[in-house]
Amino acid sequence: MSLSALRVAIIVFPGSNCDRDMMVAIERLAGRRPALVWHKETSLDPVDLAIIPGGFSYGDYLRCGALAARSPIMEAVLDHAARGGAVMGICNGFQVLLEAGLLPGVLVENAGLKYVCRNTCIEVVGGTDSPFTAGLAPGHRMIIPVAHNEGNYFAGDEDLQRLEDNGQIAFRYVDSDIVGPANPNGAARDIAGIVSANGRVMGMMPHPERAISAELGSADGATMLTASLEALIS
Amino acid sequence: MQVIVNISLKEGVLDPQGRAIGRSLTDLGFQEVGEVRVGKRISLDIDETDPARAEQRVARMCETLLANTVIEDYEIEIAGENEA
Repeated sequence: MSLSALRVAIIVFPGSNCDRDMMVAIERLAGRRPALVWHKETSLDPVDLAIIPGGFSYGDYLRCGALAARSPIMEAVLDHAARGGAVMGICNGFQVLLEAGLLPGVLVENAGLKYVCRNTCIEVVGGTDSPFTAGLAPGHRMIIPVAHNEGNYFAGDEDLQRLEDNGQIAFRYVDSDIVGPANPNGAARDIAGIVSANGRVMGMMPHPERAISAELGSADGATMLTASLEALIS
Repeated sequence: MQVIVNISLKEGVLDPQGRAIGRSLTDLGFQEVGEVRVGKRISLDIDETDPARAEQRVARMCETLLANTVIEDYEIEIAGENEA
């Protein structure tokens, strides 16, 4: 089946600002424009992938992602995930998935207390069967930018060990000659992205949709997204 | 009825903001300052007259939205409960 058969929905909250970037990225890679779904909607047409994009949903009020995670559309996203549907959250979307309880842990303020906007080098860890890492070899390195103030992944020691033992750490920050020191935010165990126990829900801080062509500094995000889309269609 | 929710970071959770404030206080000459932790205070005006019921409802609000219990603890104060 061709990638254009894949039905993708991008959820839009007040304050989302990477929804269109993601739409352009997916349309370019899959040849079909994803649906943009406003957060007030209460149902989701059947989709193969629901994406929670980056941004500042609800102005980051209360806690990043907290209010978005309780938006009307999230019931439908939770149902979709409960049926084994694939969900991807990028940056603020990752924060939303944690607040919604779809993934364990929390993203707290960067250890350096500063908003960090730069390229990072992340390495595919994987281990569990997940469409988000299936097409990428463990150890594969990608240059993908981060842009956040709360990307410091935190979870209790037990949760961290469980993530590690179950192969749920999808991506880890690593040192690189090109982009400098690994961990931009103090994240526990250099975690840049994790997947759910069944591998179908993935959250990551780096923005693959901002790295889809050499003109943007890196096309590694395109590699990552295409691998995920291909795994979802097969 | 006015209800106050005090939200604080759990023990063991790093508080970079508190640490930066602590460092600034020390720099300003307040040498006696040790650890600093920053929390949140949320005041709610609740349409309810029974303090016990109000507290129960607010506890649910904390669990559903106001606090992230992975990293935060909350305390509920019913304002004016000990007055009159």
